Amino acid sequence: MRPILMKGHERPLTFLKYNRDGDLLFSCAKDHNPTVWFADNGERLGTYRGHNGAVWCCDVSRDSMRLITGSADQTAKLWNVETGQQLYSFNFDSPARAVDFSVGDKLAVITTDPFMELTSAIHVKRIAGDPSDQVGESVLVIRGPHGRINRAVWGPLNMTIISAGEDAVVRIWDSETGKLLKESDKESGHKKTITALSKSADGSHFLTGSLDKSAKLWDTRTLTLIKTYVTERPVNAVAMSPLLNHVVLGGGQDASAVTTTDHRAGKFEAKFFDKILQEEIGGVKGHFGPINALAFNPDGKSFSSGGEDGYVRLHHFDPDYFNIKI
Amino acid sequence: MADVMMMTDSIDAKAAQLGIDLSSVDFDSIRLPPGDDFGIKSDDEDIYQEENLEFDSGFGNTIVVDNLPVVPREKFEKLEGVIRKIYSQIGVIKEDGLWMPVDSDTGKSLGYCFIEYNTPQEAELAKEKTHGYKLDRSHIFAVNMFDDFDRFMKVPDEWAPPETKPYTPGENLQQWLIDAKARDQFVIRAGSDTEVLWNDGRQLKPDPVYKRAFWTESYVQWSPLGTYLATVHRQGAAVWGGATTFNRLMRYAHPQVKLIDFSPREKYLVTYSSHEPSNPRDANRVVINVFDVRTGKVMRDFKGSADDFAIGGTGGVTGVSWPVFRWGGGKDDKYFARIGKNIISVYETETFSLIDKKSLKVENVMDFCWSPTDPILALFVPELGGGNQPARVSLVQIPSKEELRQKNLFSVSDCKMYWQSNGDYLAVKVDRYTKTKKSTYTGFELFRIKERDIPIEVLELENKNDKIIAFAWEPKGHRFAVIHGDNPKPDVSFYSMRSGQNTGRVSKLTTLKGKQANALFWSPTGRFIILAGLKGFNGQLEFYNVDELETMATAEHFMATDIEWDPTGRYVATAVTSVHEMENGFNIWSFNGKLLYRILKDHFFQFLWRPRPPSFLTPEKEEEIAKNLKKYSKKYEAEDQDVSLLLSEQDREKRRMLKEEWEKWVNQWRQLHEDEKLERQKLRDGEASDEEEEYEAKEIEVEELLDVSEEVLSFD
Repeated sequence: MRPILMKGHERPLTFLKYNRDGDLLFSCAKDHNPTVWFADNGERLGTYRGHNGAVWCCDVSRDSMRLITGSADQTAKLWNVETGQQLYSFNFDSPARAVDFSVGDKLAVITTDPFMELTSAIHVKRIAGDPSDQVGESVLVIRGPHGRINRAVWGPLNMTIISAGEDAVVRIWDSETGKLLKESDKESGHKKTITALSKSADGSHFLTGSLDKSAKLWDTRTLTLIKTYVTERPVNAVAMSPLLNHVVLGGGQDASAVTTTDHRAGKFEAKFFDKILQEEIGGVKGHFGPINALAFNPDGKSFSSGGEDGYVRLHHFDPDYFNIKI
Repeated sequence: MADVMMMTDSIDAKAAQLGIDLSSVDFDSIRLPPGDDFGIKSDDEDIYQEENLEFDSGFGNTIVVDNLPVVPREKFEKLEGVIRKIYSQIGVIKEDGLWMPVDSDTGKSLGYCFIEYNTPQEAELAKEKTHGYKLDRSHIFAVNMFDDFDRFMKVPDEWAPPETKPYTPGENLQQWLIDAKARDQFVIRAGSDTEVLWNDGRQLKPDPVYKRAFWTESYVQWSPLGTYLATVHRQGAAVWGGATTFNRLMRYAHPQVKLIDFSPREKYLVTYSSHEPSNPRDANRVVINVFDVRTGKVMRDFKGSADDFAIGGTGGVTGVSWPVFRWGGGKDDKYFARIGKNIISVYETETFSLIDKKSLKVENVMDFCWSPTDPILALFVPELGGGNQPARVSLVQIPSKEELRQKNLFSVSDCKMYWQSNGDYLAVKVDRYTKTKKSTYTGFELFRIKERDIPIEVLELENKNDKIIAFAWEPKGHRFAVIHGDNPKPDVSFYSMRSGQNTGRVSKLTTLKGKQANALFWSPTGRFIILAGLKGFNGQLEFYNVDELETMATAEHFMATDIEWDPTGRYVATAVTSVHEMENGFNIWSFNGKLLYRILKDHFFQFLWRPRPPSFLTPEKEEEIAKNLKKYSKKYEAEDQDVSLLLSEQDREKRRMLKEEWEKWVNQWRQLHEDEKLERQKLRDGEASDEEEEYEAKEIEVEELLDVSEEVLSFD
């Protein structure tokens, strides 16, 4: 089916997230306004105004009531999804990047970038049931790895936090004590900055994408490397189909290195791979610039991609897609 | 790594013990006495094997100047001044580097002195330049390297017969030719790794043979018959080969070697280096050595300034074009030649000296090339005297230096010569000025070398103004292809040197209009050609059958920079080398344009097929095989079938394995997920809906009573 082009952002997209029901799509971009769309027809529902910097990441609670966003304006904010009202603002001393709600939505993990003399850090915040009780204190702060942490998510049962970033290492931390539990192997792991991380629907495994032109599938509990998907360009975004054994990788030549020679040179396609066989199935073209964000609808029947070109493209799969055999 | 860690620990401890602050020590300034490694093994074994190491304290930089005037003490300073003046022109003399010994009895000098330079190269140069220098009539300098004294002193007085080393059988260097599957090898260089692989067209993948990191410091090259792989290093070149592993067979010492070139029969190796002069006004110093490949002996060396090796002619071309020496004379690497100002110097390899002791004098010669099979030189002289003396192309027989054929050409701007691989034909592409002299047009002069009197035919394109973009002879054949016209859609034409029954006339076979091509690649066996659009055309490929005059396939290898046929003409490699960052890697195609496999490698530098020596089969035998191809091919077809069956079987098996393995993971996860169900519910405040995956669609019927009205109907 023809993709739906959603033009609502003025700057490159950074992140996409569906709610649990799959009827809403939240998008973050380098302009300051996270936006919510109807996931079905791409109609814009509204924006969340209040940030004063690029918004890097967002997460939505299970009941679709709360939205959390992390921004370069050194805050992470909680929003009322329905009204667009800002509920709380966590202030930091450096730009916030990744945000993720825990199972049960009572905790949130927020990462901050290295800035001036500060190193990067992972903060765990308690999210109050009633916004008026919300406090800014961190339950836990983990400092340690060098370089930016591009993504941090909760492990099974909120026992662990998984982080990945510029130093190309995936780390698992104890979410109680902040102790480092596991580190990905330098040999088999990524060789360059990890740009994206996406958990499977049941949280049992996750996919990382890296500028080393590959994506890797890991076991969430043991951090065992299960699969590697090799492409021809840096990977900026990854997503896993909840329905079929497919993974999608998006990326392309670095925006600053995009040449004017040929649109094919950049490889701005979203590439589909068979999750098990690690073979390429096909690609979806369209963006005029690298793909920065990918997300699958929880029903597995559509996905959306956000590009450096400022567009969100919403793709509903044709019936043929569900019968692909390789 | 652990060793190094330990070592630094012990260094720290030692330093603390001695009360030295390590951070204040400049490690780079510490020099170890030469020859003593303090028990620390170097990582680089090569350095220790190298004999010509440059040590500060060695005498390699020192020369001895003899036959100086013997002077009394008063005149010391004056003489020293003179010597210093002469020798500091050549290079930088070290501080206190000039020493003139004195006879303690007479107080006079002894008539010789020592001069120490900063580098051995300078010393070498000084020796070369001033040996035989006439200070005055009775004082002619005799200059020697200091080290040579030592060496020649050690020569025993009596001649001892050289020891005959017992014969040790070497490896079979041709082992790769007897591969059971008749595959070809190729070498690739990507990142720091150099790798030799089999091309397994049946299995659709390469099969590794040998891999080594940092094998070469600049590039690698196969010898023309494929026996050796040559690598280039700081200290010189080396060749590698052997039955199974690539062992080093020979080394050729040549410091700072830049370029290498084999003779066609790989008997000799020519190495080239260029050295910055100490005086920036001078031209670079060029050193060229010719080695015997097998013995590693220097057969001849050429030294001089870069100007001497620059291409001659009136064009004033600067720089040296490689290869400086071009080999000719067919089978036995008999001759090699280079072009100079107004001369062509032809050397023969028996004595490594000029033929007849003198060069071939040709005023203003611009370019020359050897016939690939016969000792014939083709040379081109441009127009002189504003057109009074026409340009000419002539064929010269070697060693007799007799002119076989000459052709005068008028209003010529440039000429390019193309030999057909059997030496049967020579095509000369002639660019001529139009009458207004404002633009040029191109024609061809076609020489039939093997026919009596060497007839010449002139070929002009139908549209005379077409630019010639590329020209290529069919290897071993009688056809050639030309790309002509204007970008971006030039035409491609095919011509044959035979027309129908008449073998003496050139005829056009066909013209393909509007092809995106700028390069031609004939299969080494002829018949097939790839019309390629490299660079600007982004890697368009057209596989064309010239026998049938039909296109077999069109394809694209996006951004391709290089195309190379394998030596048998069965496969083609197209590569994107690291001229740009993206897409680096190579594709292997079948001769008819089917993509077999694709390998991506970052920082991909080189792809080279290993050449094969010419076949031992006689032409008759080859013809017989071609005739009965069906009979021979049956066996191979059956093999192909087996392999492809096996492959699909393996593939199925692999997929099944992967699927099973995955199932195992998934089951394990499901189990864990199930186990944690309760806990998860607790985290969610006991919210029961843990059916994250299992959606349950419930149909709920709601009945709503909207309105009730009663009406009495009369019953008739």
